Amino acid sequence: MSNHKPADPSQYYAEFVKGIWKENPVFVQVLGMCPMLAVTNSAMNGLAMGCATTFVLVCSSLLVSSLRTFIPKQVRITTYIIIIATFVTMADYILKAAVPDIHKELGAFIQLIVVNCLILGRQEAFASRNTPVRAVCDAAGMAIGFTFALLCLGATREILGSGSIFGFSLFGPNYEPWVIMILPPGGFLMLGMILLFFNWLQQRKLRRRRIAGRGVTT
Amino acid sequence: MTKRDPHLLLQAAPFLRRGITTPGLMMDVLLGLAPLVLAAIYFFGLSAVLVLLTCTIGAVATEWALSPARPRGSSIKDGSAILTGIILGLCLPPAIPLWMAFLGGVAAIGLGKLMFGGLGQNLFNPALVGRAFLQAAFPTAITTWSQQGTITEFWGLRLSSWYVPFTHWVPDWLRILLEGVFGPQVDVISSATPLAFIKFGGEAAPFNNLLLGNTAGSLGETCALLIIICGIILAFRRTFDWRIPVSILLTVAAASGIVWLFNHDSPSPLYMLLSGGLLFGAVYMATDPVTSPIAPRGAWIFGIGVGLIVVLIRLWGGLPEGVMYAILLMNAATPLIDRIAQPRAFGRTITGEVSA
Amino acid sequence: MTEVELTISSQRAEPSPFRLIATLGVAGMISGLALSSVYQITDPIIRANNQRELEEAVLEVVPGAAGMQEVVLTNAEATKTIYAAYDGDDLFLGYAIEGSTNEGFAGQIRLIYGYDPSIKRVVGMKVLESLETPGLGDKIKKEKNPAFAAQFENLAIEPTIVVVKDGKDQDNEIDAITGATISSNAVVDAINTENKSWLQYLPATPPAREERDLTNEEDREAASGEGDDAATDGGGE
Repeated sequence: MSNHKPADPSQYYAEFVKGIWKENPVFVQVLGMCPMLAVTNSAMNGLAMGCATTFVLVCSSLLVSSLRTFIPKQVRITTYIIIIATFVTMADYILKAAVPDIHKELGAFIQLIVVNCLILGRQEAFASRNTPVRAVCDAAGMAIGFTFALLCLGATREILGSGSIFGFSLFGPNYEPWVIMILPPGGFLMLGMILLFFNWLQQRKLRRRRIAGRGVTT
Repeated sequence: MTKRDPHLLLQAAPFLRRGITTPGLMMDVLLGLAPLVLAAIYFFGLSAVLVLLTCTIGAVATEWALSPARPRGSSIKDGSAILTGIILGLCLPPAIPLWMAFLGGVAAIGLGKLMFGGLGQNLFNPALVGRAFLQAAFPTAITTWSQQGTITEFWGLRLSSWYVPFTHWVPDWLRILLEGVFGPQVDVISSATPLAFIKFGGEAAPFNNLLLGNTAGSLGETCALLIIICGIILAFRRTFDWRIPVSILLTVAAASGIVWLFNHDSPSPLYMLLSGGLLFGAVYMATDPVTSPIAPRGAWIFGIGVGLIVVLIRLWGGLPEGVMYAILLMNAATPLIDRIAQPRAFGRTITGEVSA
Repeated sequence: MTEVELTISSQRAEPSPFRLIATLGVAGMISGLALSSVYQITDPIIRANNQRELEEAVLEVVPGAAGMQEVVLTNAEATKTIYAAYDGDDLFLGYAIEGSTNEGFAGQIRLIYGYDPSIKRVVGMKVLESLETPGLGDKIKKEKNPAFAAQFENLAIEPTIVVVKDGKDQDNEIDAITGATISSNAVVDAINTENKSWLQYLPATPPAREERDLTNEEDREAASGEGDDAATDGGGE
């Protein structure tokens, strides 16, 4: 079983890195679309949502992985949900107390982290079968990948839709904002564009590799 | 087959052909649009020329850059991108900044057509997708209607046309340059469209103005009489299915007529028919062969749907005009309509029931 | 190795229902404990935030105000909490009244406005919550478009406030925002509705500033706590 393999730092590193790029929850797995589309009308909102999700994902992965031998498999999903919901509610209170303005903007989407399939998915697919250290590495990688995606979308939408980034005006008062970008349809459009861009990068890499491979054989 | 049998001709469907080609059809519609383009230029001067040109350039450039057809640009020849550009231009306000018009052309072809796979694959009318994109992106610019100039003010450009891309501002040197070339620039005097009166109060436009086009509005939608004449000619040339515009107009007249009978404060059916983009939309946009139902029964369903949504939005919705959304919504329903309205290929029972 | 065997054996044998229930029970209990302790810590901060936000809004809509206190109005059907605003010398300046409407372009609009009974005028307006279209309807917010909100800084309310489209020339008129007539109407409607239902129940003489030493922290908290209780009571009745 995995928890008896000797600890190898490079392995932890691999678990951590995969979520950021190669298995990015948004760009590759297309998970967690609801918060992705709903709250990313500014970079700050995207970042706040990403941080809340990171907190919930890392904490619940740690707990689920530590308790994995005690939780009977018949009630495992229920227990995961209890754990996740606890951390979500904590995040909700903490944000409300610390940054009320952002909490107001994010609204119900903080509570909705509980149904983000990325979080339950990582518990079931990874944390429940791996040691706590590996689970935390995996969760942190996935969460940072998710936050990165939220930030990408939030920043592009804020730049186009408000002409600013993190609230700082970029183009001066004469800029004509693209209102659509801070409305829901802009979220869909921009997400589509970003997915298009990442797929294009992926395909280009594959094509280059194929050409390079051919070069070697001939 | 080595030896050809003259009695057995192996050929794929379709077997009955008319001499219509895609470029031919597009040419027909373009000719049908020509009077409207001229009217727009007459009413709105050089601004109209600029807006129409910019939209068309935006559309054609996008078609050239993004179309998967090889060799590059070969799909421009069917003329559909030009048509989309001109129709989009005709449903924009005359004082719209040119960079927005260009962006509208890009969105129309890029989001409305090529994203679905090019001509024939698109679910929504591309010109309307471009218009909807602009409406959502720049709600203020696209609802700023300017008063018409007279023909003597032909060169009187609207200053807002020259906004530097991504801004709502003209640098001083450009203003001076423009005034040197074209004479004093007209500032946009915003003015309400005939339909805004339903929603926000104000004065109803006189009937004559609606008919002859002497009102504020999009470039191509103001002159009702001209649209009706062009529409009838195109319908007789079988360029489009006459059932679609007829059913839309009948539905709007009937639905708004019923409301009007109960409440004389609401606009009369005639006012509803002649104002706003209804005629233009019904004749030139709802009839797009790609995005409207094929079968006659489907065309009726489609038209009735558009008409009802138009009346709903105009009388009870938050917006003064609803033709664009009505057509886009029914575009989305077209595949379903096609499925239920498909004529049976074979067979009926003696009692007239359709056999399985 | 023992741990491995344990896991395998525990997964093979069907666990007793008692164990399942116990697991969930323990999980729920720990969760409850954790949440209640987080709540204990954050709740006072959240309350203080809400109180501060309300106070800032009140002070903003009544120009020159430095302090506020609650006034509970009662009519035949309901009660309503409004806020009396005072300047630095505890002199009464006016009331701040919350209003809301569902007649906006996109859902509910919540706002608060200042009213000076001595001149019978609205003296300020702030939108607290709205989902109006960015770029059009959200110009009702002061931070997006100061000109619209500025019209409420000296606005007659008799007979009612009226929205006009072609330039205001009366004291009780408001110029609609171009392209956002519905949102402008909604704001004015909300104010007119509150005026109609509550202005007649205002106390004849403005309430005197209650003596309270708000310099030390404990009293301030106690005051805000009381304030919250009063607000919830008012809403519940």
